[in-house]
Amino acid sequence: MASLKELKDRIGSVKSTQKITKAKQMVAAAKLRKAQAAAEAARPYASRLASVMGSLASKVSGDSAPLLLRGTGADKRHLLVVVNTDKGLCGGLNSNIVKAAKLQAQKLLAEGKDVTFYLVGKKGRAPIRRDYESKIAFNFDTSNVRNIGFAEAEAIADDLVARFEAGEFDVAHLIYPEFKSALAQDPTVVQLLPVPSPGTVEASDAAVEYEPDEEEILADLLPRYVKTQLFGALLEREASEQGASMTAMDNATRNAGELIDKLTIKYNRSRQAAITTELIEIIAGAEAL
Amino acid sequence: MALHFELVTPSKLVRSEDVHMVVVPGAEGEFGVLEGHAPFMSTIRDGAVQVYKTEGGEPESIMVRGGFAEVGEKGLTVLAEHVEG
Repeated sequence: MASLKELKDRIGSVKSTQKITKAKQMVAAAKLRKAQAAAEAARPYASRLASVMGSLASKVSGDSAPLLLRGTGADKRHLLVVVNTDKGLCGGLNSNIVKAAKLQAQKLLAEGKDVTFYLVGKKGRAPIRRDYESKIAFNFDTSNVRNIGFAEAEAIADDLVARFEAGEFDVAHLIYPEFKSALAQDPTVVQLLPVPSPGTVEASDAAVEYEPDEEEILADLLPRYVKTQLFGALLEREASEQGASMTAMDNATRNAGELIDKLTIKYNRSRQAAITTELIEIIAGAEAL
Repeated sequence: MALHFELVTPSKLVRSEDVHMVVVPGAEGEFGVLEGHAPFMSTIRDGAVQVYKTEGGEPESIMVRGGFAEVGEKGLTVLAEHVEG
C-alpha cells in the first residue's frame, strides 16, 4: 500500500499533466478553426483550375500532349509522396498514414514495380525508414515553417516535376490525410503524376479562343495543377493534425480526470484508515490504565 | 452594364466584383475585357492587372505573378499564384 505522501504526490503530478493536455486541446481547437478556414479559402482556386484543366485536356490528346499529362509511357517505377505531420501528440494520425503508405507500397511491389518514397513532414521518417530504408528518395522538411503556405507546395511541386522530367520515376502517388471531421481523418491515395485526365467534362458549345494555343496553355497549367494539389494536401494535413490533436488531448484530459478521482478515493480511504488505527491505539491505551 | 471580375489565388478569393473594364497583361500582349467579351483563354505574363471600376475612371493596378485568365459567360476570372497590392 502506497503511503499517503506518495499518493498525494501522484495526484499532484496527474493534475499537472491534465493541465497540459487541456491547454493543448484548447490550442488545437483554436488552430483547427484557422486551418479549416484556410482549407475553405483555397477551394475556389482549385475548383476553377480543375474545370479549366478538364476542358483543355479533352481537346489536347495523343502525342502532342505535354509530358506531365501523357506520362513517360512506362509504368514501372512508382514514387510515393507521403505527407505526414511534423509534430506528434495527434493520436493515430501519422501511424494511419504510414500504414496506408506501406499498404500501397506492398501492393505495388507485389505487382513487380519499383517503389521509392518522397517524405514530407518529420513524423513519417522513422517508421518508413524501418521497413524501406534504401527506398527513401528525399525528405522534405517543413518543420521550420510556422504557417505552411503555397510557397512550400510550390517548392515540393517544382522538385517533383524536375525529377519527373529527369526520368527518375514513371508514376507518382500522393498519400495524405483527408480531413473529414475532428474525429475522422482518412488517409487518401491519389495519383499525382502523370496528371490523371479528368473524367467528367462538360462540353461547352461556345467556341473558345486560346492565346497562345491549347498545348502551350496546358503545358503552363499542368505544373500549376500539381502545385495546387500539393497545396490542398498540405492544408488537409494541417486541419487533420489539429483535429486529431484536439480529439487525442480531449481523451487524455478525460482519462487524467478519471485517474485523479480514483487516486483521491484511495487517498481518502488510507487517510481514514490511518485515523481509525490511531484512535484504536488511543482507546486501547486508555483502557489499559 | 458591368463585367463580373474575379481574381483568385491559391489561398483566397481576392476579388469578386462588378467592374467596367479590366486590362490583362496577356502572354502575347495586353487585352482589355468589357462586358459581353467572346469566350477566351490566355496565359498571362507577370505584370499589372488594371481594373477600371467606372468608364473613364482611374484604373486600379494589381500586380500578379504566374497567372492565367479565362473569359466565359460568367465574366472574367484571373487565376494567379501570387498577388501584390
